[in-house]
Amino acid sequence: MLEIKDLHATVEGREILRGIDLTVRAGDVHAVMGPNGSGKSTLVQVLAGHPAYQVTQGSVAYLGEDLLDLDPEARARAGVFLAFQYPVAVRGITNAYFLRSAVNAIRTSRGLEEYDPIDFLDVLQQKLRTIGWDDSLMNRPVNEGFSGGEKKRNEILQMAVLEPRLALLDETDSGLDIDALKTVAEAVNKLRRPDSATLLVTHYQRLLNYIVPDHVHVLLDGRIVRSGGRELALELEARGYDWIRPEAGVA
Amino acid sequence: MTTIETQVGQPYKYGFVTDIESDVVPPGLSEDVIRLISEKKGEPGWMLEWRLRAYRNWLKLTEPQWANVRYHPIDYQAISYYAAPRKKPTLASLDDVDPKLLETFDKLGIPIAERKRLAGVAVDAVFDSVSVATTFREELAKHGVIFCAISEAIREHPELIRKYLGSVVPHNDNFFAALNAAVFTDGSFAYVPRGVRCPLELSTYFRINAQATGQFERTLIVAEEGSYVSYLEGCSAPMRDENQLHAAVVELVAMDDATIKYSTVQNWYPGDEEGRGGIYNFVTKRGKCAGRNAKISWTQVETGSAITWKYPSCILQGDNSIGEFYSVAVTSHRQQADTGTKMIHIGKNTRSTIVSKGISAGRGQNTYRGLVKIMKNADGARNYSQCDSMLIGDQCGAHTFPYIDVRNSSAIMEHEASTSKIGEDQIFYCRQRGLSTEDAVSMIVNGFCKDVFRELPMEFAVEAQRLLGISLEGSVG
Repeated sequence: MLEIKDLHATVEGREILRGIDLTVRAGDVHAVMGPNGSGKSTLVQVLAGHPAYQVTQGSVAYLGEDLLDLDPEARARAGVFLAFQYPVAVRGITNAYFLRSAVNAIRTSRGLEEYDPIDFLDVLQQKLRTIGWDDSLMNRPVNEGFSGGEKKRNEILQMAVLEPRLALLDETDSGLDIDALKTVAEAVNKLRRPDSATLLVTHYQRLLNYIVPDHVHVLLDGRIVRSGGRELALELEARGYDWIRPEAGVA
Repeated sequence: MTTIETQVGQPYKYGFVTDIESDVVPPGLSEDVIRLISEKKGEPGWMLEWRLRAYRNWLKLTEPQWANVRYHPIDYQAISYYAAPRKKPTLASLDDVDPKLLETFDKLGIPIAERKRLAGVAVDAVFDSVSVATTFREELAKHGVIFCAISEAIREHPELIRKYLGSVVPHNDNFFAALNAAVFTDGSFAYVPRGVRCPLELSTYFRINAQATGQFERTLIVAEEGSYVSYLEGCSAPMRDENQLHAAVVELVAMDDATIKYSTVQNWYPGDEEGRGGIYNFVTKRGKCAGRNAKISWTQVETGSAITWKYPSCILQGDNSIGEFYSVAVTSHRQQADTGTKMIHIGKNTRSTIVSKGISAGRGQNTYRGLVKIMKNADGARNYSQCDSMLIGDQCGAHTFPYIDVRNSSAIMEHEASTSKIGEDQIFYCRQRGLSTEDAVSMIVNGFCKDVFRELPMEFAVEAQRLLGISLEGSVG
């Protein structure tokens, strides 16, 4: 579904990604771990098309298309979803309105009819039931005055409604207490489908107790230096990242 | 910034010129010109005298220089002060109105044909210097509401005009108001009698068409005790390379327990990207809450004009009276706006609310200027002010000058202000959810303006959102 080859990217002239190779198949959950500044967030931002990052080398194929050739909105409409580490507030616009506009933009691009507010309410209620949440966030302005936990929860709620093929979760666990973490992880698990994949980025293996990855990758200085199964995450938890550096030949 | 810039480019949609024979007075201003205008209008002697007094005052006044706007000096002798479609409009029936005029207003989306009874809005249409049609007069008359061209009111209702004209904005109030008093040609007059809730929204649409003319309209609205009226005002002008002067005066009078809601969507031609052409909009708008529990609410959406100089104000004279000002001002290209309000608290327990949203894009400069004055005897006065600015791109400017003058220690004043920038991250967030950049900007801007838009009557709110979209289209790319 996703094939990243030798991906290099810079921000303001600094090279952050230095040759990423990664293949993600439908149904998979991949976890990318690494210390601060290793390029984890950059990787998902580049995949989502953030204009501040320049891809200088390499390719990304997504469902047979050249992902890098698409605008951010075209990527979103093709099913790429990024749960932001720092979700942005949009003042004066309710979450429900925002989400309906997003769903309708995606539906229109696929030749489907737009939802009117009443149809949309049904869709929304159904999704909320699936993940077992209430609608308390829906009539508040997008992320405005939300607590850290509410913001993260809101990202997952948007993901539930937008039904992505490829979900990119950027440190969705940061700033969450253990209960909130469980709630969010459970929702992510319920939303897994055989035809969709998840790429999550995190510092800590804690999240991986709840969202069990099929593959774990260690990112150091813009390269994937080691890949493995779930046990790799546990090893990282126990030993930290430093032991990998010399093995990987990274200073 | 890579994505945020240069999207200002949507052509001005209302820039066409109506080819119609006009009766235009040669450029220049003198007592003779004023006599000529007064004569063309068939005015009584007292009106001419008032105009001449205003003119003599104007000669002694100087053009205000304190506003945060820059423009080439205006040559007041190069302007024609009167232009009218040659075919005399007969105000009694729409059938007699020149079809070209009807067509013009049709093109602008203004329903002056009464068959188009949309949402029950009574419209007075002003084309250059004259009112060409006022709709629903009979229906309004049944309720005792007078709604007509002010030139007609001067002839038909002299007792009301003599009592109220200049009672809120005196003929020597300021340079532009004095000019207006001397040469105003038309505008609307509305009178709502005691206890009547005006059954329709009243609306005036102003259209400048002729070249090198000024438009000087004057609007007067009087709401008697316990009455209610909602009034809407819209405007547009052709695209021309030279600047045109628009100096209007609006006076509102609200008696005991009366409410006047005044909404404006101003879309005069803003000039082109390089700042050529566009309307100079120098307007004096003021309302007086003359009675107890009176309420005056101004809502304005300012998207047009090269220069906007405008401070819709409230004199809160009656005890417990309420003044409100809700404003959205957008400047893009090289537009400049210096706008805000004055709330003068005189009566006891008077309250005022100011919500101002300034949006600057391109090389636009946007200034909020407001005065809240609490007089000595205004016990228990309260004011809440909120001034928010939004910047799009990095070549525009936002400025805020809130003046507060409190002479009574029981006053409670609150002031909040913020400046934000539509950032790349905000746009990217929306795009990541599948929205186009344009939809993202429009959503962010509309969210920012929501507190003001919800004060507008429904149809106007839709129009305002659309206009905002057009004037910012291209400002983010």
